[in-house]
Amino acid sequence: MGRYVIRRLLQMIPVFFGATLLIFLMVNVMGDPVAGLCGDRKCDPATAMQLKKEFGLDKPVWQQYLTYMGNVFTGDFGTAFNGQKVTELMSAAFPVTIRLTIVAIVFEIVIGISLGVLTGLRRGRPIDTVVLLVTLVVISVPTFVTGLVLQLVLGVQWGVIKPSVSSEAPFNELLVPGLVLASVSLAYVTRLTRTSIAENRRADYVRTAIAKGLPRRRVITRHLLRNSLIPVVTFIGTDVGALMGGAIVTERIFNIHGVGFQLYQGILRQSTQTVVGFVTVLVLVFLVANLIVDLLYAVLDPRIRYA
Amino acid sequence: MRGATHAKWAAGAVAVALAATACGGGGSGGGGGDGSGIVSSSWGDPQNPLEPANTNEVQGGKILDMVFRGLKRYDPKTGEAKDMIADSIDTKDAQNFTVKIKDDWKFSNGEKVTAKSFVDAWNYGANLKNNQKNAYFFGYIEGYDKVHPETGAASAQTLSGLKVVDDTTFTVKLSQKFSTWPDTLGYPAFAPLPKAFYDDHDAWLKKPVGNGPYAVDSYTKGSKMALRKWDGYPGDDKAQNGGVDMNVYTDNNTAYTDLMAGNLDLVDDVPASQLSNAKNDLGDRYINTPAGIIQTLAFPFYDSKWNKPGMEKVRQGLSMAINREQITEGIFQKTRTPATDWTSPVLGDDGGYKDGLCGDPCKYDAAQAKKLVAEGGGIPGGQLKISYNADTGSHKEWVDAVCNSINKALGNDKACVGNPIGTFADFRSKASKQQLDGAWRSGWQMDYPLIQNFLQPTYYTDAPSNDGKYDSKDFDKLVDQANAQTDKAKAVSTFQDAEKVLAKDMPAIPLWYQNGSAGYSDKVSNVALNQFSVPVYNEIKVN
Repeated sequence: MGRYVIRRLLQMIPVFFGATLLIFLMVNVMGDPVAGLCGDRKCDPATAMQLKKEFGLDKPVWQQYLTYMGNVFTGDFGTAFNGQKVTELMSAAFPVTIRLTIVAIVFEIVIGISLGVLTGLRRGRPIDTVVLLVTLVVISVPTFVTGLVLQLVLGVQWGVIKPSVSSEAPFNELLVPGLVLASVSLAYVTRLTRTSIAENRRADYVRTAIAKGLPRRRVITRHLLRNSLIPVVTFIGTDVGALMGGAIVTERIFNIHGVGFQLYQGILRQSTQTVVGFVTVLVLVFLVANLIVDLLYAVLDPRIRYA
Repeated sequence: MRGATHAKWAAGAVAVALAATACGGGGSGGGGGDGSGIVSSSWGDPQNPLEPANTNEVQGGKILDMVFRGLKRYDPKTGEAKDMIADSIDTKDAQNFTVKIKDDWKFSNGEKVTAKSFVDAWNYGANLKNNQKNAYFFGYIEGYDKVHPETGAASAQTLSGLKVVDDTTFTVKLSQKFSTWPDTLGYPAFAPLPKAFYDDHDAWLKKPVGNGPYAVDSYTKGSKMALRKWDGYPGDDKAQNGGVDMNVYTDNNTAYTDLMAGNLDLVDDVPASQLSNAKNDLGDRYINTPAGIIQTLAFPFYDSKWNKPGMEKVRQGLSMAINREQITEGIFQKTRTPATDWTSPVLGDDGGYKDGLCGDPCKYDAAQAKKLVAEGGGIPGGQLKISYNADTGSHKEWVDAVCNSINKALGNDKACVGNPIGTFADFRSKASKQQLDGAWRSGWQMDYPLIQNFLQPTYYTDAPSNDGKYDSKDFDKLVDQANAQTDKAKAVSTFQDAEKVLAKDMPAIPLWYQNGSAGYSDKVSNVALNQFSVPVYNEIKVN
């Protein structure tokens, strides 16, 4: 187990460097970012030169990358073009997005798995057909449509929520955006759970458990569900990273100043420091989430062992 | 929402009770109408740190306009530069100026505004090592080339043309004659700065201190700035409300939705997709007024194909092939006005705007367009590419419409195509390095309401924003003459003569003048946009 974790952690190093280098190169080929700082007029050459020097843009790309990575290991993510430290931007954006992600994941787990178990146990019944149809609709409608419709109906027409989230972004304001963000994954979680449950219902260990005379509730939660959760956990684990990085659409619609907003802003303004910094952290989140998922397998199914 | 409504009722009841028990003094009204109400407004995240000489876009400019006052201020209605802190700005030769300032002005931290506050701020702004993006505003002052050389290190730290005489007087020597120079001083870059700015720069940036009608109460970068009325403000344009909350929106569509839901009082940028609804949704509370912005199509004079004789006919022909009326109505819902000169209607007739100055070349005439393009030898390369940035501003729609109009007029499906460029930074980088061929979207938002500001920075030989490298001796000569005129009317008419050279050469095709559009809730009144399409915040009243 310990050796497995260490090996996995070591594997992360090349992935981490590769991913950051790729992002670094991609942002750099977009051209000269200083040109955009002066608006519709040309920056005066002396000031532009000074700015380039300050942001280290006058050096070759490989040297910029090395300096950047060197700084990252000392906790210095550089300065965005508006003069703010990238770490400052992160400390403002990540808590908000983490809250949003938590809301979304909780929705996925609670609603997704419950519906999945319900339909998996009642395969072919009307409730199963209805839920299948609903998930089909949710999967096929793009998030921005769901988001805008909910915003208009709940926010403007009925007035039950505020259409935009305030800058403090407390949990209660994030419920609707979280639901919107979770919607597509939620539908997938439902379907994955349903299939898995339906398959395992006829497994030998379930039959044994029923034959032993265990209460139905215990059979479902301890035996059937636990084994059926492996594909679902895999999905939710990778979804953590996807939700954090992919919240751009939802964050835009509901005016949430999170990671998506900062990344979008950083790309528009070609702020290498912002984009690379945020992506670096997201890559780490992704890697760690994947590791946790892999470790959870053994918890769910004792037959799985790590050599 | 429910909770919020209750809170409002409670606040209203308290306010009524307070008004009822207050003694009958000079109070002008009860409830929120006593000038203490807070306005909530949409805002965009400023691109650069908030310093007067470093702010060159509208979002940061809005804040400077609330927090700072300079020597002059542009009248929000007429655009005229009126004395604010300046007592007098005198000159005999249009080159040496003596500035006297009023004695009773203070910064909101109690420090006095003196001649030194101005001179130090200007020196700071001009100094190369401070990286101020508006440094070139000080370029007319003598000694600028030493403090801010084009290459290499600075050989001086302060502008030799600035001298403090006493607490309320300083002198300015310009490096050339520039009679309307005092009228440029309403630009925020010329604002005075308190000592706190230099003493603890980082702290100042976190919470700017100025001398305007509002003081910054709290500032969370990237999301919100709370401005409150400063009671010690000595000017006569005191805030009519208790303060303004500026909320950063990730998308102006969301801001508009918030306005509709009653959570926001003011949206100063109605999204293009909502323009057709705005009139219905808001009625009188939708504002659509001209701003000092003109959009043009610029051409590459650095490319010999576009610079040879006869090409002016092709450019004129292309101009005549664009149906401006149709595009401004169909795509922009009349938030643009077809352009007939190279300035803007906000200048007014006295300021230099002249309707129809461009003449026939700016009128739609398909037959004549086709004839002129053929006479001039056809479009170089057989096809006109119009470059634009595809990331913001929905430029694709109008560029496609312009091309469509040109193709129809010339009877050739391939005469014109749009050429999207990924980001604004990349687009600007290509434009300023002369890497664009064909034409590109260009535009000018005025810094100050002067005809000089529309012509000199954009078309004068080697001027900073003359990206197409247009150069004309006739034009340059007339601009120099105009700047040397001490009589304003004569200066303006000489500038218009220079503009007639543009009509002949057509270095850039005028497309349309841009309007500012805003919408507000029924909780506020007396909302207007100034010539820079920025709301006049201090005049807004909360009902």
